[in-house]
Amino acid sequence: MKRAFPILAVLTAALLSYALYEALVVAPTDAMQGDVYRIIYYHVPSAWTMFVFFIVNFVASVVYLVRRSAKADAVAVAAAEVGVVFCSVVLVTGPLWARPVWGIWWTWDVRLTSTLVLWLIYVSYLMLRRFAGGGQMPVLAAALAVFGALDMPLVYFSIWFFRTQHPQPVVGGGGSIDPRMLHVWLLNWLAFLCFGGLVFWSRYRLEVLQQEVDEAEALQSLLEPRGAR
Amino acid sequence: MSRPSIPGATLVATLIKDLRLEWRSKDAINSMLFFALLVVVVFSFSFDPEAEQSRQIAGGLVWVAFLFAAVVALNQTWARELRNQVLDAYRVSPAPPNALFLAKALGNFIFVSVLELLMTPLFIIFYRLRALGPAWLLVPVALLGTWALVVNGTFFAAISLRTRSREIMLPLLLFPISIPALLGMVNATTAILTGEEPARFWIVLLATYDVVFTIASLVLFETVLQAE
Repeated sequence: MKRAFPILAVLTAALLSYALYEALVVAPTDAMQGDVYRIIYYHVPSAWTMFVFFIVNFVASVVYLVRRSAKADAVAVAAAEVGVVFCSVVLVTGPLWARPVWGIWWTWDVRLTSTLVLWLIYVSYLMLRRFAGGGQMPVLAAALAVFGALDMPLVYFSIWFFRTQHPQPVVGGGGSIDPRMLHVWLLNWLAFLCFGGLVFWSRYRLEVLQQEVDEAEALQSLLEPRGAR
Repeated sequence: MSRPSIPGATLVATLIKDLRLEWRSKDAINSMLFFALLVVVVFSFSFDPEAEQSRQIAGGLVWVAFLFAAVVALNQTWARELRNQVLDAYRVSPAPPNALFLAKALGNFIFVSVLELLMTPLFIIFYRLRALGPAWLLVPVALLGTWALVVNGTFFAAISLRTRSREIMLPLLLFPISIPALLGMVNATTAILTGEEPARFWIVLLATYDVVFTIASLVLFETVLQAE
């Protein structure tokens, strides 16, 4: 397992470079937006990758609540952290793209707003993990993850209704996409997913090691109480 | 040994205990009232609204004030039980945890409702409010909105109790999750006050939110209470 990591890292780097080349050079220029549209190859794959990791976090949290396996908790924390990073990428690349195309940095449109709320919920999840100490923390965090997942459909529908009442200057995609663009898009998604998976894996390993260290320390302090030294 | 711990008896006993404690100390209600009053005054200085404008923004002001004030009561919910290890006694007692949770949530519901009853006349006077829509609808909006705040608030207070700097942790957990509920309360209230749009969608949203999170809290509360 450990030896596979550098090989996978090299493969991922190669895939990322190839995807970058495809996105910047090979993919055709957009008829309406010109070259600025190419940020789509980072924005949308990041969003999809983010969803994958948040779903992993939710499943791992439920598994933890049912089985209480420490591995599930390690998966949950690693997925949440990687998910928050990709969510931040989405929130940063979105305005960068919106400014030249829509003329504004930000609009309280349903997707933007619900992505922001998603980010807020998972940041509060990570804060809870940091502030709650001891063995109870994974349980509390898993409960919060379940609440966050239940909240998301409500967030989406409420903001959707809130915003569709007031028309926006924003026109979402629509129309068909050039098959060559779709190809580059999916390639970039694959590259991002591999990269995210790689980071996720090393973070997971780190968390498992941390759990082992904590366990060993707890055992140690049981065997030699401080007063006896 | 007989088991006197039927859910109903636990619920009523805990609720009465909390109400009596609050009646004697008036800690939560006094601090909530004064806090909400400050929010009203500060907002009216900051915006200085006309009658027409205040109708537009009052829904937001009222609920933000209630949300902030409710956190004061919610923080005391479980912290009160830490003294003399009462919470540990609950854990080992055969009392059903969900009855305990519902009693706490109902207690908070009563505190926040009393706050709303006392504060609403003040809002009406300070912001010269008059509803242009069906005013009676504000009652279900207030009931559903308050329950949405306290059911999650009571649950998250039980979580934040176990963290460092717990007083600040509660709003950090509660506010992001409460965004749909807050949207529902604010927009329903604004719709009723301005009379321009129907409030039905928002009331249905609040009711859905209440049902979803009441069930989720009841399912997960025992797990959180027993977390070691």
